[in-house]
Amino acid sequence: MCWPTAWTGSVASSPDTVLSEANAVPDGASLYRELVMTRARRPERAGALDDADGEGSGTNPLCGDTVQVWLRRGPDGLVQDARHRTRGCAICAAAADLVADAVVGKDAGAFALLERRFGTMLQDGPEALSMGDRGAIGFLLALGDLHEYPSRRKCALLPFSAVRQALVHRPGEPDGGAG
Amino acid sequence: MSDAAVLRRGNPIGDITALRADFPILEERVHGKPLVFLDSAASAQKPVQVIDAMAGAMRAQYANVHRGLHWMSERTTEAYEGVRDKVRVLINAPSREEVVFTRNSTEAINLVAHSFGSLLKPGQAVLISEMEHHANIVPWQMLRDRAGIELRVAPVTEAGELDLEAFAALLADGRVGLVAITHMSNVLGTVTPAARIVALAHEAGARVLLDGSQAVVHRPVDVQALGADFYVFTGHKLYGPTGIGVLWARRELLDAMPPFMGGGDMIGTVSFERSTWAELPHKFEAGTPAIIEAIGLGAAIDYVQSIGLDRMQAHEAELTEHALRRLDGIDGLRVVGRAAERGGVISFTMENAHAHDVATLLDRGGIAVRAGNHCAEPLMRRLGLSSTARASFGVYNTVEEVDVLADSLDRVRGFFA
Repeated sequence: MCWPTAWTGSVASSPDTVLSEANAVPDGASLYRELVMTRARRPERAGALDDADGEGSGTNPLCGDTVQVWLRRGPDGLVQDARHRTRGCAICAAAADLVADAVVGKDAGAFALLERRFGTMLQDGPEALSMGDRGAIGFLLALGDLHEYPSRRKCALLPFSAVRQALVHRPGEPDGGAG
Repeated sequence: MSDAAVLRRGNPIGDITALRADFPILEERVHGKPLVFLDSAASAQKPVQVIDAMAGAMRAQYANVHRGLHWMSERTTEAYEGVRDKVRVLINAPSREEVVFTRNSTEAINLVAHSFGSLLKPGQAVLISEMEHHANIVPWQMLRDRAGIELRVAPVTEAGELDLEAFAALLADGRVGLVAITHMSNVLGTVTPAARIVALAHEAGARVLLDGSQAVVHRPVDVQALGADFYVFTGHKLYGPTGIGVLWARRELLDAMPPFMGGGDMIGTVSFERSTWAELPHKFEAGTPAIIEAIGLGAAIDYVQSIGLDRMQAHEAELTEHALRRLDGIDGLRVVGRAAERGGVISFTMENAHAHDVATLLDRGGIAVRAGNHCAEPLMRRLGLSSTARASFGVYNTVEEVDVLADSLDRVRGFFA
C-alpha cells in the first residue's frame, strides 16, 4: 500500500483549507508505517492452534481490546508455531502478529529477553538499542515510534503479556487472565 | 453563503474570539498545530477568571475556614460560604444549607449510596439505567452487596433514549426506594426526560438522584422545576477546578441521613462516649474542605452566569447540529446515539478503524477527542461496541473547529479504507 497523500503534506481539497491545513497531520502516519498496517489488516498468524500446548490471553480494560494466543512447542522446548486472535486497534493487532512471529524458535527465557529489549525501545526510543539488540528485535522495530506515543504503548504490550502467559499455561488450565 | 458563515454571523454567545481569549490554553499548540480541544465532556478548560480567583486567594486571602477568629479566616470563610450561595442560585435550590461540597460527582453519589443507602431496607431496590457512567453504577453495586438491596437496570432504546415504558414497569411493584439516573449521557449526549422520570418515580414512592455532571454544563438546571430529590455535579466540567463537586439534596433527606465521613468540621460536640453532628450542610463536610477549589468553582459559576447558560446551550446546539450534519456526510462513519433531545457530546465509530487509532491520528493534527469506553462499559456492551471516539463541545468551540474535525476524519477514513 502507499501512504495517502493527505498524511504526507499535501492537503486534499476542502472548503475550509486555512484551519484544516494548519491542523493537517503530516507526521501522523509515522506510527502507522506500512508493515504495521499490513499486519493489522492481513495478519499472517491469525487463528487458533488445534494442537496447542500453551494458551494465554489478555484484555485491556480501558479499551476492551483482547488478545488470545496459542503456542505449540517442540521436544527441545522451543516454540514451533504460534497463532493469535486479536480484537483491537491497528497497533495491538499488528503487534500481536509480529510478536507471534517473534516467539517462534524461542523459549520463555529468550522471549523475556525480547520483551525487555522491546520495553527499552518503547521507553527510550529505538536509538537506545545497540545494533545487536535492534537485530534481535527484528520486525518489531516497526513499532519503534510508540516511544513518542506513551498512551499507546499498552496496545503493543498486551500481546506480550498474552504470550508470556501462554508460555506457562496449558490449554484448558484455569488462569486469571493477563489483562 | 456557507452554513458555517451563517452560523458565525448569528453566534448566540456573541464574540467568540473574545470569549476564547479568556482561555489561555487555547493559544497552545500541540504537535506544532493549533489546539482544537473537543474533549470538554471529560474535563473543560479553565478561563483566566477561574485561574486568577484561585491564585488570588492563595496570594492575598487565605486561611482555614470555619474555625479562625482572625481576619484572614473570616474573609476566607465568607468567600468559601459565598460559593454555596452561587451554587444555590445556579441550580435554583431552595436553600444554601442543602448544598454540600464534595470532591466530585463520584464522591457525591458515594455519599448518597452510603448515607441514604443505609436507610434502605433489604428487599428494596435502586433503579439505574443502561447509560450510566461507572460512577453511577459501582456505588450501587457496593450498596447491593453490603445491604442486600436489589439493583435494577432500565434499558435504553436503539436511538439511545431511556425506554420509559420499561422504566415505568420496573417501578411498578413499589419496591424501588431510589432512582439514580443521568440527566445527560456522557457517551450518547442524550438528555433524559428528568421531570417525567421524577414524576413516575414519585408516583411509585421512589426518590430520585440525577447525575448532572454533563447536564449542568450545557443547559440551565432548576432542581425545583425538575422535582429532584438529589442532584450531583462536578466543578471541573463546568470550567472550574478539579477536586470540588456538589451534592444538592432536600433538607428532610439530609436531616434523616447519617453522616458520610467523620472528622473535624462535621461535629457539634465530641466526647469519648459520643459525638453529635453539626448543622446542615456541615454534617456532610468532614475535615478541611477544598477551599481554593471551591473559590475556583465560584468564579466558574460567575463566568457561565455572565455568558448565560441558555446562550451556551444555544451555541452548543448549533455546533452539535452542524457536527451531526458533517459527520453524517462521511462514508463509513456512524454516529452512536440519535436521541431527539441531546447535548454537545457525539460518539462515533469508523468502519475498519479502531477508535484509538482515529484519536491518535486526530491528535497528531492537534485535535483532542476521547476514545475508549468512556467509563460506561455496560452501555458499550449494550450497543455491541468495545469503544467509540467522542467529540464534545464547550463554550469556546467554533463551527470552524467542527469543520476541522470533519475534514480530518475524512482523511483518517481514507487512511483506513
